[in-house]
Amino acid sequence: MSVFRTAGGDAIDRSRTISFSFDGTRIEGHPGDTIASALLANGVHLMGRSFKYHRPRGVLGAGTEEPNALVGVTRGPGRFEPNQRATLVPITDGMVVESQNRSPSLARDIGAVNDLLSAFIPAGFYYKTFMWPRSFWAKVYEPVIRRAAGLGRPPEVTDPDRYAQRWAHCETLVVGAGPAGLAAALAAADAGGRVILCDEGETIGGRLRDMPRATIDGLTAGKWIVQARTRLENAGVRLLTRTTAYHYGIGNLVTLAQRCTDAGGARTRERQWMVRAGRVIIAIGSIERPIVFPNNDRPGVMLASAAAGFLHRYGVLVGRHIVIATQHDSAYRTAIDLAGAGAAVTLVDRRARPAADLGEACSAAGVTVITGHIPIDTRGRLRVSKVAIAPAPDAAHRWLPCDALLMAGGWTPSVHLHSQSGGKVAWDAQSAAFLPGTTLAAQVSAGTCRGRVTLADCLADGWTAGGGNGASAPAADDRTDTGMSPAEPDAHPEGARRKAFVDFQNDVTAKDIRLAVREGFRSVEHLKRYTTNGMATDQGRTSNINALAIAAQAMGQTIPGTGLTTFRAPYSPTTFGTMTGFTRGRLFDPVRTTPMHARAVAAGAVFEDVGQWKRARFFPRPGEDMHAATARECISVREAVGLFDASTLGKIEVVGPDAAAFLDLLYAGRLSTLAVGRCRYALMLREDGFIADDGVIARLATDRFHVTTTSGGAASVLNVMEDFRQTEWPDLRVWLTSTTEQWAVAGVTGPRARNVLAALVEGVDLSSDAFPHMAVRQGRIAGVPVRIFRVSFTGETGYEINVPARHALPVWDAVAAAVAAAGGGLYGTEAAHVLRAEKGYIIVGQETDGTATPDDVGLGKMVAATKPDFVGKRSLMRAAMRDPDRKQLVALLTADRSLLDEGTQVVDPASPRQSLGHVSSTYPSVTLGRPFALAMVHGGRSLLGTKLAVATAAGPVAVDVVDPVLYDPSGARLDV
Amino acid sequence: MLLIECPHCGPRAEIEFRYSGEAHMVRPAAAAACDDATWAAYLYLRDNVRGEHAERWRHTHGCGQFFNVVRDTLTDRVVTTYPAGHARSAAGGEI
Repeated sequence: MSVFRTAGGDAIDRSRTISFSFDGTRIEGHPGDTIASALLANGVHLMGRSFKYHRPRGVLGAGTEEPNALVGVTRGPGRFEPNQRATLVPITDGMVVESQNRSPSLARDIGAVNDLLSAFIPAGFYYKTFMWPRSFWAKVYEPVIRRAAGLGRPPEVTDPDRYAQRWAHCETLVVGAGPAGLAAALAAADAGGRVILCDEGETIGGRLRDMPRATIDGLTAGKWIVQARTRLENAGVRLLTRTTAYHYGIGNLVTLAQRCTDAGGARTRERQWMVRAGRVIIAIGSIERPIVFPNNDRPGVMLASAAAGFLHRYGVLVGRHIVIATQHDSAYRTAIDLAGAGAAVTLVDRRARPAADLGEACSAAGVTVITGHIPIDTRGRLRVSKVAIAPAPDAAHRWLPCDALLMAGGWTPSVHLHSQSGGKVAWDAQSAAFLPGTTLAAQVSAGTCRGRVTLADCLADGWTAGGGNGASAPAADDRTDTGMSPAEPDAHPEGARRKAFVDFQNDVTAKDIRLAVREGFRSVEHLKRYTTNGMATDQGRTSNINALAIAAQAMGQTIPGTGLTTFRAPYSPTTFGTMTGFTRGRLFDPVRTTPMHARAVAAGAVFEDVGQWKRARFFPRPGEDMHAATARECISVREAVGLFDASTLGKIEVVGPDAAAFLDLLYAGRLSTLAVGRCRYALMLREDGFIADDGVIARLATDRFHVTTTSGGAASVLNVMEDFRQTEWPDLRVWLTSTTEQWAVAGVTGPRARNVLAALVEGVDLSSDAFPHMAVRQGRIAGVPVRIFRVSFTGETGYEINVPARHALPVWDAVAAAVAAAGGGLYGTEAAHVLRAEKGYIIVGQETDGTATPDDVGLGKMVAATKPDFVGKRSLMRAAMRDPDRKQLVALLTADRSLLDEGTQVVDPASPRQSLGHVSSTYPSVTLGRPFALAMVHGGRSLLGTKLAVATAAGPVAVDVVDPVLYDPSGARLDV
Repeated sequence: MLLIECPHCGPRAEIEFRYSGEAHMVRPAAAAACDDATWAAYLYLRDNVRGEHAERWRHTHGCGQFFNVVRDTLTDRVVTTYPAGHARSAAGGEI
């Protein structure tokens, strides 16, 4: 087996060997390995190229903090994902992994020329360079930048995997299953209530897994973890591993992303949990910081905690000759463990006099300790080969050969979730870190994420947070080497000419940060955006505090005085699949279809979306385009009879002793005088006097009205009605029921409409005396009870047959057959729009735009101004609402018979830069034998008979301003 | 996502509700008789409170009832909820 594999490792299954390919090379590993651990086990450190300078990079971390080792992973056909952190992705047999940001290969990358040109691409380079000449932007700069920017290539096919979402509720949510989180969950489970424990790792234990020699309650750490799992499972705690809490929202709603399976296929790949928790215990630990010094980014240079993780979890030694640079205690444990696994280890401590017992322990383990020194440079093109150490950056140095250099720059408590919950962070001088401060959310942090250092403290802290009695907390032996001491973030001194990296993923150096300060950036939020420090996909986990320390030093300020950037969700990169869940494709938005939809499909309809509805727009015959089909459908209605599916109209049944009084208040017209069996067109206004909706209202009984609304307005009209009913006039005895889905509507219109109905309807006298225009009757068609409205939206004699939706098809089929027999046919919404526009009938939202009064659209007579009150009445009384120069509805006829565009501006030819109004509807008309338009024009009614112009791309087009009723102004055809 | 205590149904997620603007806006009793300034104030003037704000919500995907919520606009926390028509002062505290 590979030369860097040791006997340890709790995550891998040594009994089996699997393989994957990395840039075409076959790599072997064990189940449980990550891509990073398998590569390191084979001595491969070079895993990527940096973003800006294309410098060779290896892993920096061993987990979610990894900034360098981003790879593209192919898990099978259609299953390619870029920018995966090699430290997180478990290997599977046959997986194909490719490195990124290099060409032609990782070892020989042409982009590395950027590293040599780095003097010319400092912080803010884009902002400074691509300003001039302006004409270069679109053709030269942007294409080049776009090619160079970004990380991996995007997937090219639709994600074939399944993603799920679910809600969960619990009394206690514990985030993080390290020592503190496990202790908290155990205590919470003892206390009772539903407990959910989640951890982003493959298994529970967290950093405890890297402390094999620690003991808890007399057990080794590994055995205690196993025991804790059993106790939690027996107590009914929901344990979610491979699950990242990525968003902490208001109301203690924490969103988790669970990676269910890496394979995909029939099983759900990822699941989003939306957990509403009574309280949240945040135990997400801390992340180690690198040390900022020149050339601190070569492959083989990594965090000490990463080396510990690779050793203890995967049984991988990151090198044979290891130098550890530290400024605090926690690296000593790692040094001793690495030496114990067979590496030659030299520990370089910045402190002149570290604790004596640590020195003794190192001696016993064969670790060489050099005190009072810091690393100041490294060598090695594709892998670190030596490190220069010196007492100070400008002092005489000496070289130590090595194949791995570990950095222990101190620990940064993860306050992300605390901050997302609305909590403040506060600088703690003793830990030299930002720690969770006050919060209004029902949450508490525990363990190293709130500055607890030793294992015993973390266990006790978690136990107490979980509701346990402090005295009964799990007891750990508190050996020095299980602790981690704080350290001041390293502010590297001025003057280094070589690159000392702060943000590894965005290639931000200490020099860049100082440059930004010199250029006047003072706010940390500005520094962040100008230098891009912390803006990469790792969100500055390893870089923010170092950058802050350097900026503070450059400004001569303290770190807390300089401030901290805001923590935003998601905590770590989360797939769109997780957030999207089931709501994709067919399930993205509900599709509403009418009961007759299948008939329209069978008739070859072309549909349009109206809100969520699918409406048949036209029914083309072979060779017909929309205009041809619509023209034929219009002729059919005008000369014979047409059948229209009007089921999408909103319908509300308004019932009660005060129903009429209620409608008098809600609508501008007077409904209380409407006789039973009659119907009336009515306008609903907003309180500001403008048209909100329109429809026909039928009175079926003294206390019962059938109200129709526009197709798109049904929900909002009901909402407005409910609002006034519940909160303004709660004393009125009236009840509202939406019946939109309960009634299907077949509109039959045209000169032969009455004849068609006569052959079908039972129990209704269709003569105009017995059943006049704007009346409603109840009868039967094909044995089904129907409500028939005699109304017209076309200008022809018309009937709208309301059928209970579940009986719609037999009625529709009977009517369709009769219509066809009478020489008519189906027509769609496009023809309906043309027919209504020829009559000057408005569509709310087409002619009106939220600033039109009834009088503006020629419907002033629909307002019962003598009513003492109705919604919108007071506003209509304002002088401005009666200004004769308001925009008014007119029709426009182009002198050259051209078709205008909707939305174009109406102008006076004498001063064409001044808009007089706009075109609201425009159609070709076979009935009129020419195109026409409706428009809203200032003082339009006073301009009837004059000539204006409409501005088009080709210049002004002369138009005649005419009355909006172009077809049958006398209305004679409504009663044929 | 807010957790809102509907006075009729109990605590529910925000997606079940629809926001409906500031609460306790009194429609002038004799609307047609009031002066332009009074009417304009009713139509357009709102407080934009920094802190506790009384506002109307409707439990659209539940009981359908309008009710009032006091929410702190600084912290986005729901302080209390109470049925429509109840005075704000009388509602403070538990439902």
